Amino acid sequence: MKGLIMRNKGLRDLVYNRYLYLLAVPAILFSIIFAYLPMIGVVIAFQDFNPIKGLWGSTWIGLKNFAFFFRGQDWLIITYNTVFFNLMFIFTGTLLSLTLAIMLTELGKNAAVRFMQSIMILPNFISWPIVGLFSVAFFTADSGVINLFLTSIGSKTIDFYTNAEIWPLILVLLNLWKTAGFGAIVYMAAIIGIDKELYEAARIDGASRVQSIFRITLPLLKSTIVMLFLLSLGGIFGGNLDMIFSLVGDNTFLTSRTDTIDTYVFRALRTSGSLGMTQAIALYQSVVGFILVVAANKLAGKLDKDSALF
Amino acid sequence: MKNSKIDKSLSIVFYIFAGLFAIACLYPFLLVVGSSITDETTLLREGYKVLPDNFSFAAYRAIFSSQTIPDAYLVTLFVTIVGTVLSLIATSMAAYALSGRRLYFASHIALFFYFTMLFSGGMVSSYILTTKYLHLQNSIWVYILPALVSPWNMFLMRNFFNDIPKELFESAKLEGAGESRILRSIVIPLSLPAMATIGLFYALGYWSAWTPAMLYIDNPKLFSLQYIIMQIIRNVDMAQNIAVAGSQSTMAAAPAYTVRLATAMVTIGPIIFLYPFLQRYFVGGLKVGAIKG
Repeated sequence: MKGLIMRNKGLRDLVYNRYLYLLAVPAILFSIIFAYLPMIGVVIAFQDFNPIKGLWGSTWIGLKNFAFFFRGQDWLIITYNTVFFNLMFIFTGTLLSLTLAIMLTELGKNAAVRFMQSIMILPNFISWPIVGLFSVAFFTADSGVINLFLTSIGSKTIDFYTNAEIWPLILVLLNLWKTAGFGAIVYMAAIIGIDKELYEAARIDGASRVQSIFRITLPLLKSTIVMLFLLSLGGIFGGNLDMIFSLVGDNTFLTSRTDTIDTYVFRALRTSGSLGMTQAIALYQSVVGFILVVAANKLAGKLDKDSALF
Repeated sequence: MKNSKIDKSLSIVFYIFAGLFAIACLYPFLLVVGSSITDETTLLREGYKVLPDNFSFAAYRAIFSSQTIPDAYLVTLFVTIVGTVLSLIATSMAAYALSGRRLYFASHIALFFYFTMLFSGGMVSSYILTTKYLHLQNSIWVYILPALVSPWNMFLMRNFFNDIPKELFESAKLEGAGESRILRSIVIPLSLPAMATIGLFYALGYWSAWTPAMLYIDNPKLFSLQYIIMQIIRNVDMAQNIAVAGSQSTMAAAPAYTVRLATAMVTIGPIIFLYPFLQRYFVGGLKVGAIKG
């Protein structure tokens, strides 16, 4: 009985607000085609997929694709790299963004500060392929800036594009270069929201600047920091394809330290034969990623009810 | 008084730290601008430099007289402009429908969009869908259609729309205006900053896209600028071909290395040009996203 009433109410609303519903239809259609239809495609992970036979004609092989993937070494390497890079990016990014934000707000609003701020967020708007091209100017064997400098001080040059060990550091630094300035703006917005009277009162009581940073600013930012941190933890299974492929490409000298799940899948898609196996890896990433995002959001929602966007 | 002395020296430390980071952010740009207007042989002999010893605009002349870069520029411009306009239309329509919780099924539809942010079918199925069923390979629309509606942007826009007083819609409705009319002549004019912010989000996404070209495009006429960049990073032959075609010179004399840098500069050009707007709206939108998200 209750169900019937509800359905009626829903039906009435569908008729009454039909033009409003109609407005949402194009976006819903695009979502169905480009987001939901590919979800059906996850079944390929359980098939010996043959493009000619198609989705429903290919042989079902159960978990064989997964068994093959998890028996090898690759999944450990790419999972480690994926998680490692994301954690490093989150930690270093939070630290530098926060430091810059505190420094810039402490310096107050003047032309110099505004100018520095404008420059710092410039890299955020530049695509990764461009950063890749820039990085060539720095890392090229003989005419690159870094090796020219090393030669000029009489040190040995580094062959960046064959030396895998140095790339985790390079990726962390380039990520900071591109994102830290922009991240600082987010924290600045939060700092500006802090009640000015707190600082006034502290100053009258004789607190130094360092004291007010550590006793007022940081404690009051704690919830923002924790929240942004948690939400970014949800994304640690994301593979940073745009960044890493732009910087490293298919350079096999470097893959041991730079290959993430995304770049592995992307390469397999373009080169190897087995789409089923590649889909199995992608599904592994999607499922673990899904669990992490939902868990992170739940946790964030528990800590702060207002922070949930949905 | 001791405190104020420490505070002053603290200010100096802060200026130095922030200043160094700002310089680190700017230096690569200056280096590439400087090197792109360097004479090719000087670049190869002396390396990359902010202030070139021998100026030469040969690289810029070469890329504008070759076919490759102007073609890619047109492709990217088309994708960015048409894509952004279509995205804004579809996004604002859905965002308006979901705003103000007027619909009985609003939360169901929101969940429908939200789920696509949490779980994806992965690159493989998208690839099969695009090539085998939608046949979008070697079509310029492959840059636009899959990216048309971003749920994140849709929710951001809905949050902007939520702030418009509902009474405005209701009185317009009483005067006989239809929903799409209200959207066009009340909601959008009232949310121009939101439209600018989200339009810039979309535009930057379209401008930076290279994966569609790499996976789906074989026809060189349909390559996007960023894909050309991806190719010339690793393949000097590609830059050399552009240089030879553009400067009508021999292989040896063609400015292949400076052509790479000049290509990067013309790709960044519009972003620098739009930078004041990017700063104003992008940062504003980000703050909303950060506070709500």
